[in-house]
Amino acid sequence: MAHDLEIRDLHVEVEGKEIIKGVNLTIDKGQVHAVMGPNGSGKSTLANTLLGHPHYIVTQGDILYKGQSVLEMKPDERSRAGMFLAFQYPHSVSGVTVANFLRTALNAKRKTTMNGNFKPIAIPEFRKMMREKMAMLKLDDSFATRYLNEGFSGGEKKRAEILQMAILQPEIAILDETDSGLDIDGVRIVSEGVNSLQGPNLGILIITHYQRILNFIKPDFVHVLVKGKIAVEGGPELALKLEEQGYEWVLKETV
Amino acid sequence: MAEQLDVAFDFGASSSTYQEKYGFFDPENYAFKSKKGLNHEIVEEISWMKNEPDWMREFRHRSLDIFYKKPMPQWGGNLNEIDFNDIYYFVRAAEKQGRNWDEVPADIKNTFDKLGIPEAEQKFLSGVGAQYESEVVYHSVKDSLTKQGVIFTDTDSALKEHPDLFKKYFGTIIPPADNKFAALNSAVWSGGSFIYVPPGVHVDMPLQAYFRINTQNMGQFERTLIIVDEGAFVHYVEGCTAPTYSSNSLHSAVVEILVMKGGRARYTTIQNWSSNVYNLVTKRTVAHQDATMEWVDANLGSKLTMKYPSIYLTGKGAHGEVLSVAMAGKGQHQDTGGKAIHAAPHTTSQIISKSISKDGGRTSYRGLLQVYPGAEGSKSKVQCDALLLDEHSRSDTYPYIDVQENDVTIGHEASVSKIGEEQLFYLTSRGLTDNEASAMIVNGFIEPLAKELPMEFAVELNRLINLQMEGSVG
Repeated sequence: MAHDLEIRDLHVEVEGKEIIKGVNLTIDKGQVHAVMGPNGSGKSTLANTLLGHPHYIVTQGDILYKGQSVLEMKPDERSRAGMFLAFQYPHSVSGVTVANFLRTALNAKRKTTMNGNFKPIAIPEFRKMMREKMAMLKLDDSFATRYLNEGFSGGEKKRAEILQMAILQPEIAILDETDSGLDIDGVRIVSEGVNSLQGPNLGILIITHYQRILNFIKPDFVHVLVKGKIAVEGGPELALKLEEQGYEWVLKETV
Repeated sequence: MAEQLDVAFDFGASSSTYQEKYGFFDPENYAFKSKKGLNHEIVEEISWMKNEPDWMREFRHRSLDIFYKKPMPQWGGNLNEIDFNDIYYFVRAAEKQGRNWDEVPADIKNTFDKLGIPEAEQKFLSGVGAQYESEVVYHSVKDSLTKQGVIFTDTDSALKEHPDLFKKYFGTIIPPADNKFAALNSAVWSGGSFIYVPPGVHVDMPLQAYFRINTQNMGQFERTLIIVDEGAFVHYVEGCTAPTYSSNSLHSAVVEILVMKGGRARYTTIQNWSSNVYNLVTKRTVAHQDATMEWVDANLGSKLTMKYPSIYLTGKGAHGEVLSVAMAGKGQHQDTGGKAIHAAPHTTSQIISKSISKDGGRTSYRGLLQVYPGAEGSKSKVQCDALLLDEHSRSDTYPYIDVQENDVTIGHEASVSKIGEEQLFYLTSRGLTDNEASAMIVNGFIEPLAKELPMEFAVELNRLINLQMEGSVG
């Protein structure tokens, strides 16, 4: 059977410069993977490439989602197929409330999943769902009426990302530096949100510089990205080792 | 929350094009169609067809002479391609005006059905006037308003039925010599709305007029006069569409509004002409003491629009607002804005303009803020924001400010922004197509104005913007 997400010998260029230089990675639903690495190792490039950011050019290799290459698919098609990226720096959209945005995005997805039988989600049903997910992320009801990411604190932005994930219910979710810029309570709230979404229908790829978030979201597999390649792989113990010893030893081993 | 949630971005509901939805045309089965061209004979003919009093006939001829004398304005959009002799100045589509829709000729009724007017009338309007070519073919107002003394009729009927009130105010706020197109309208005007709201009467639901051009090379010159007496309130809404033709039509209206002491008027326009229509309109209000005037002016259609709703704040404490939205696509130029003239103490004004340019379209904000000596304690705020959707589009700002009084508070802000690739990636990564994502950004951009509209019109504006956005990015 095909894996839910398979990254095969992936090479990626940004503005003519190769950043990812042959990455192999396989993720199945029900698993939590962490990609760790020092600054400039290509972590965010990997995240953006998976969702099809137009600046990132795949020069070699493939990305397979449920056995199908997604390289020819646009970001919206990948999203509607079940992929999700929680952004490190989410953009604000003035004049568009969180509620309106979530409902629009959910309906866009339903258009694909419901095929010819598309019906927009009923407003009471949507409100109930949104309130439940917001409560889980300790966001009060008024959050829904604010303009998306406009004037949000760092913590609110990250929680808004996880709220979107909770509403869209992806099968593969990539969390790009979701812990950055958060205090310890912030990391806990966001992690609890992610954990509540975990289950047999969701595969998670956490991209992080620090081990900290992995205290809250337990990875099954840890991959260390160095200079565009996976340098070391292992279980959760690898993350702890990195926390204690830093990236120095990995860098030495790869040279 | 409920409010915006219910106006969610309803993509797909507008999957038809302008051509399918508004750009259709009816066969011509008209009672009368003038010959093409502009001259004193045509003016005479219009006046004769309408059986007007001498003073109006003379007013028209005088206005035509003024039109001839005035040079074509060169300071705004390109008007030099208008051929005034290639236009039909008067077309009577129906022999008589309907008081219910069954009295309107079937083709025309069918057109307004497609545009959703009778349905809207049932749901949320106090009265409706429907103009087709040169004249109003349907008019209706709720009995309860008539009993309170509210007059809502077409301007031709008002001249006959309320001659004294009419003559007292007609042409006093915008005289024929005001500008070349005001002179043209004064010479060949036909149709439009006449509203009088007696003192203290509050018209709860909006009155709406809908203007439809059907004929190719048509000129539509409606004339609207609104008088809001002391302490009264009215909200008037106008919409307009036309078939898409390869040659141009001309729409040149004049709208005069008087708001007396403590009264309030709101005038909302959702302009959706096809992209072969020149839309050259003069709109002006005189606001007396403590009166409030609000112009909500959305311009989505037309080839060229030049329109700057203005407010003369002549009474102490009067307040005026202009909220302007303009969207220009391929081949379109929206030269719009607003004017606030402070001519009395403690008057306040606010002009907010939001413009969107795409596919090589051009928007220009053109505004005037004038404060006369003695208008002490006056306050004004002008804000214009432009959004560019691509590199080929253009936006300019022409803010004219003339302040001749020291004791005033004036604020002016302007911004230009572009839709960025990162912002688009963010939204598309949530499952929205490029077009849906751009439309969402655009709708968010105008949200501060859309929320000023009654729900039904906010939905309409949202729908029209999505319609314009389709197929534009890529």
